[in-house]
Amino acid sequence: MAEVRIEQLEKRIGPKTILPPLTLTVHDGEFFVLVGPSGCGKSTLLSLLAGLDQPTAGRILFDGNDVTDLEPRERDVALVFQSYALYPHMTVRENMAFPLSVVPRAKRLERPRIEEEVQRVAGFLGLSALLDRRPRELSGGQRQRVALGRALIRKPRLFLLDEPLSNLDAQLRASMRAELLRLHKELKVTTIYVTHDQTEAMTLGDRLAALNQGRVQQIGRPHDIYAAPANLFVAGFMGYPPMNLLSARLKNDSIQAGPWHLTKPPEAPTVSQEQTVTVGLRPEDVVVGPANGLDDEGVVCGIVRLTEPSGPTLWVTVELNDLNSEAFTIIGTAQAGFVPKIEDRVEVSALQATLHLFDPMTGLRLGAS
Amino acid sequence: MTERSLAEIKKQNGTIHLSERAWGYLFAGPAFILVGLIALAPITAALWLSLRQQLPIFGIDAFVGFQNYLQLFEDDRFWAACRTTLYFTVLSVSAELLLGFGFALLLSRLSDGGGGGLRWAHVMIILPWAIPTVVSAQIWAWLYQPDYGLLNYLLYAAGITEGRIDWLGDPDWAIHAAVVMDVWKTTPFAALLLLAGLKTVPQELYAAARVDGAGTWEQFRRITLPLLMPVVLIVLVFRTMDAVRVFDAVFVLTGGGPGNSTETLSIYAYKTLFQTLQFGYGSALATAMFVLAALLSLLYVLLLRRHVQESA
Repeated sequence: MAEVRIEQLEKRIGPKTILPPLTLTVHDGEFFVLVGPSGCGKSTLLSLLAGLDQPTAGRILFDGNDVTDLEPRERDVALVFQSYALYPHMTVRENMAFPLSVVPRAKRLERPRIEEEVQRVAGFLGLSALLDRRPRELSGGQRQRVALGRALIRKPRLFLLDEPLSNLDAQLRASMRAELLRLHKELKVTTIYVTHDQTEAMTLGDRLAALNQGRVQQIGRPHDIYAAPANLFVAGFMGYPPMNLLSARLKNDSIQAGPWHLTKPPEAPTVSQEQTVTVGLRPEDVVVGPANGLDDEGVVCGIVRLTEPSGPTLWVTVELNDLNSEAFTIIGTAQAGFVPKIEDRVEVSALQATLHLFDPMTGLRLGAS
Repeated sequence: MTERSLAEIKKQNGTIHLSERAWGYLFAGPAFILVGLIALAPITAALWLSLRQQLPIFGIDAFVGFQNYLQLFEDDRFWAACRTTLYFTVLSVSAELLLGFGFALLLSRLSDGGGGGLRWAHVMIILPWAIPTVVSAQIWAWLYQPDYGLLNYLLYAAGITEGRIDWLGDPDWAIHAAVVMDVWKTTPFAALLLLAGLKTVPQELYAAARVDGAGTWEQFRRITLPLLMPVVLIVLVFRTMDAVRVFDAVFVLTGGGPGNSTETLSIYAYKTLFQTLQFGYGSALATAMFVLAALLSLLYVLLLRRHVQESA
């Protein structure tokens, strides 16, 4: 268990910047998620934390101790790889015992004690019956658990997970998420989890950091980030379907987005009239209903382009058209009981919607909320 | 099987219908015939010859059964040749494997660094292997030359030796001189095979081992070596087969001498067959060599199979 502090950590290869200076603190015992699209530098950051790669500048501190120049073996960190990286020539037992068996002889546990530890972790992960198998004889989920077991057996100070669920099918991924949370609750080891999947980030993290091109966009609890994304990148990246982002103009008490009049929320920041803003609407706040011909306030007509059933909700992509502006599409939720077909004319409203306002130039959120 | 399948030939509507198996044999036929002609026929002929006493210059040609083989068992020169062959094989193959492994690791490190010297190093390392054995043996014969050879000159200049050593003329040195030459020539082969093997080990396994706390030696012992075992066995099979049959390297250097101290089985067989023209006995010697090589490779194949089964 450890508090991890990353100070101005930077990685360059030649003239190419892989990771611009980054500062971040992960609290002791926290489940911290680094989320971002591929190539955002999150795996590099993990390698640096594990000690597999050396930073160009900056420091890494575990519990206040500088570990920047330490070898991986001296850091007491465990890493679970995306591909699991199980040793193919070893059995499950040997794989899990490996970290204990390479400890210098003076500090190494006795053979029977190692076996005990293997049995304990295997029991914990439901692998007891598979100890004599080799990795290739295991299913994806079992391999995943062996990789976890190999990482856990040493009781590391810091637990690093690099997209550990991305090679599993959807069903298994959901159950492994629950398993990971259970493990974390029981072991309370500081965990840094890297993923490109915002759903994973939202469901797993105590806190998360959204990364883009190596820069931290926002750090916070999942709900806070969801409720108030700090900028356009976070707004578009976190949440599925992604937030609708529309170019709009402020007019008196309303916001004009193409043909659409949206009521300006009272708590909205004061911005000058006629200013262009980007307005963000969560798809779950946008309601799609049948067209009734009435020209209601805050309602706009459009044509269905795509429907996407997802459990209880039906996501509808609607193309809004206006004579004097170009067409744009918006994703919303179908009214309860309403099942539109493609090419149908529908009405779109956002009466209860939370409006997120962003500065289109800087991409930053306008106002506090 | 063949009869049954071939019996399925039926004529229908004027076209011939063969089973898939029969077509398979038909297409493989030319290859079977070729192998039969260039491998099986000579082997059978040699086996047949080894059961005869055939001395063309005396006009002797008679079937003698296993008499040639019985004679082998009492032939001290045969046993000496066996010992020399095995000594040469064990020494050269183990040196080639160890050195080859060293070079492979070195080259693999070089290529990880992405250095531009890699291609150059590849060429340098493969060069000895690309030179015909007779040529490189001749080069070494000059190096070993006691009066003008570079080796004696260097050793003398460095103050390591007092006088001249007759590398190829001294029975104790001669076989080792041949081993050194063979190691020089064929280490590249082992190195390249092992390098190819090293390249197939995923880098992630090393990263995982480093995080798990393994040092360089543990990584080599626990990851590299076991994963490379199949390649090591293949190197051993190839190199042992070659070393057991070694002829040109030793023949060019020493011709089997001094005395018969460097006479390997193939040199003994060659001399018996083509210098003294004892076709029957020479064939028996060749057969003995064939059996020795077959036994050794059988041993390796069993080892390899067990290893593959274990890791499968």
